[in-house]
Amino acid sequence: MIMVIGSNMTEAHPVAATFIKNAVANGAELIVVDPRRHKLCDYATLHLPLKVGSDIALLNAMMHVLIKEDLYDRRFVESCTMGFDEVKEKVMEYPPERAAEICGIDAELIRSTARRFVSIKPAMLCYTLGITEHTCGVNNVLTVANFQMLTGNMGMECGGVNPLRGQNNVQGACDMGALPNVFPGYQAVTNPDARAKFEKAWGVKNLPGNVGLMIPQMMEGLVDKKIRAFYIFGENLANTEPDIHKVEHELSSAEFLICQDIFPNETTRFAHVIFPAAAWSENEGTFANSERRISRVRTASPPPGLAKPNWWIFKEIAKKMGHDWESDSAQELWDNEISVLAPNLMGIKYRRLEGNGLQWPCPHEEHPGTCFLHQDGEFTCGLGRFTPVDWTPPAEVPDAEYPFTLSTGRRLYHYHTRTQTGRCEGLNDLLGEESADISPQDASTMGIESHEKIKVKSRRGEVIVKARVTPEVPPGMVWMAFHFRENCANWLTNAAFDPVSFTAEYKACAVQIEKL
Amino acid sequence: MGVVKLTIDGRDVSAPAESTILQAAQSMGIRIPTLCFHERLKPAGSCGICVVEVDGNPTPVTSCNTPVSEGMTVTTHSEHLFSIRQEILKGILAHHPLDCPICDKAGECLLQDLVVEHGITGVESPTPTTKFTSAYSKTMLKSWPERCVLCLRCVRACSEIQGHYALSVTEGPDGPQISYDADKCVSCGECIQLCPTGALVEKKTDLRWRNWEIENKVRTTCPYCGVGCQQLLHIKDGRIVKVTGVEDAEPNQGRLCVKGRYGFDFIYSDERLKTPLIRENGGFREASFDEATRLVARKFKEIIAESGPDAIAGVSCSRSINEDSYQMQKLFRAVIGTNNIDNCART
Repeated sequence: MIMVIGSNMTEAHPVAATFIKNAVANGAELIVVDPRRHKLCDYATLHLPLKVGSDIALLNAMMHVLIKEDLYDRRFVESCTMGFDEVKEKVMEYPPERAAEICGIDAELIRSTARRFVSIKPAMLCYTLGITEHTCGVNNVLTVANFQMLTGNMGMECGGVNPLRGQNNVQGACDMGALPNVFPGYQAVTNPDARAKFEKAWGVKNLPGNVGLMIPQMMEGLVDKKIRAFYIFGENLANTEPDIHKVEHELSSAEFLICQDIFPNETTRFAHVIFPAAAWSENEGTFANSERRISRVRTASPPPGLAKPNWWIFKEIAKKMGHDWESDSAQELWDNEISVLAPNLMGIKYRRLEGNGLQWPCPHEEHPGTCFLHQDGEFTCGLGRFTPVDWTPPAEVPDAEYPFTLSTGRRLYHYHTRTQTGRCEGLNDLLGEESADISPQDASTMGIESHEKIKVKSRRGEVIVKARVTPEVPPGMVWMAFHFRENCANWLTNAAFDPVSFTAEYKACAVQIEKL
Repeated sequence: MGVVKLTIDGRDVSAPAESTILQAAQSMGIRIPTLCFHERLKPAGSCGICVVEVDGNPTPVTSCNTPVSEGMTVTTHSEHLFSIRQEILKGILAHHPLDCPICDKAGECLLQDLVVEHGITGVESPTPTTKFTSAYSKTMLKSWPERCVLCLRCVRACSEIQGHYALSVTEGPDGPQISYDADKCVSCGECIQLCPTGALVEKKTDLRWRNWEIENKVRTTCPYCGVGCQQLLHIKDGRIVKVTGVEDAEPNQGRLCVKGRYGFDFIYSDERLKTPLIRENGGFREASFDEATRLVARKFKEIIAESGPDAIAGVSCSRSINEDSYQMQKLFRAVIGTNNIDNCART
């Protein structure tokens, strides 16, 4: 049994999707929960086209059914978790009839889906940014975890909560401590012992113990001048962040902006200094994938001109600021620093990464790596903690003036802002421009034909874009990607953030569409 | 799940009861020639190249889809088997053009290797027929249907492995043929990777090369989504010319998508940043690394002195290697003295 929620896997993680399809061909059941009838639905036993941003209501109602009908995994809940009573109380407020009104899924279908899900074990739950890119993103994740704990699907192969990471090394960037609250290996900067450990390792004193800023806070800091220098390494924020007008105002306010990248892009226009970097396949290193697997990245050809490995550039700046760092290659950085400082990575050394890599936690050099977490229901924090969660609507919902919900994501043939795929022979031929996907019903009401240019407008901006009329999209929705600058969805998206994670609500804002 | 004992070429073999003769032989390092068989596909048993003799069986059986059984005695190589394989290959060549000199697959063509191994000579090139006239061509793929040996690896790869079902076998004017559904194809290239001949080849680049000119195949990890597919970069003259999935590798088991297979040449774009740039008079001027890093260091020191380290912030790259992110957060924490370091995991 596999449940995929908020994940357009065949386009965003195509190879992962092939394994889901194989499982279905071998008899597994697949439940897809997504507002869009995307490709994976063709393989699904059930598709629940819930309204954008109503995931918590749906999952709470499913838990309501499971508790009420005593279909949940009582043994797992009692022996491996805590906080069940609070969650029980909360989900009792979500009878399927109430959830049906919020998420647009028939109450009986909610009941039968819940029963069906628990009829098979193990059951795997996969999610992607459809869960996280909401103002209730953190609560969505907590709900997904509640659901898998309630059904006793944690700590086993082919079970668990499986977030498919969007970028090749977003897992790794977090593992490495490129986060404002943790050192490498998720050791809190607020913990004096962790600071002492890193002070000793790095030969410095007084590492800061206050949690730093998250990206949206940094960017707002550029405007009020609390942030005077901003260093952007390999991100095209001018296209990827919500509300491009706002983002560009912030970037243009920067007193001193450093960009380090492989191409000039919309963000480097605002830079004061630009460093040319070596790209993928131009230096040695490692990535961490969605399975926490550390795999090698190897050199195929040298970087162009003066371009240098990124680690070398940082080392050079440190040197100019009076710090001489010893490690002088990616391997030295990994073997002598990272794997020494991060407990979960201690057993991972370059010499062990020649083949299929290793999945962390891998605490010592004889350890085979860890395929799945929380084995036998033993959670990292001891007992799995249920957290009662209420549904909240998106920050901006359709109204008379902006009657459509805009949701965004990626398409198969391009990646993000096309700095890479836009420069690959053939890929632009496979997909040469952006479109706004709308339902046949809305197209017919408004007299819009496929390929016709339309205007999509939000409170923040407007774009002229070709309509793509497709039954993938439900009535009332416009779906767009952010691959093409001119009609990038981020001219329209809402810079409203989850209050904890500061993840933007890319998946929901209100727009109007206009036939031209 | 029991174990059965059998004899292959006079050697005692213990094999899991559910294995095939081919798998049992391979586990002993005994090679049986194959054509339509591929490790990642269910056996089809259609080409007949993998035939073996089983004591008590009046006729040879295909080893790829015949299960082992207790006490079985198998012979994988004999004059009789050799001549059967020769006849099968001659039958294939009767419909396969001998256009190896212009075929992209030459040098790593399974059919070519089998023909050499079985000493087939003196075969006349077939007269061109109308068979398979409907060659198909996608942005990244070109088909040469006359080279098709109907092993159906492509059809099975598209359905069994990738689940696209874009390829199928249909009845054409001259017998069965491969048909293609453009609406279902997503250019993943799995069919090309598994095609044993030059019937399906890449059209990614105008560059032409002979397979033996590939000087190196470098294993690496795909730079796109978070699946972490393992790729082989085929290098010629110091440049990547082609990418294939690493067979048997985790996590992708040889599979790639359109971006993983064809999204590599951005690194050779003329638009790459090649030198540090410093803003001056409304534009950018080229600079050395020494000058540019010195400028950044000076500015950082100034700001730290005037406004404290928390007036500096940085965003690391979720696309670049671990070691780069480690190094950047170290610069921010240990040198600048701030935790204002983030990456786009949250956006």
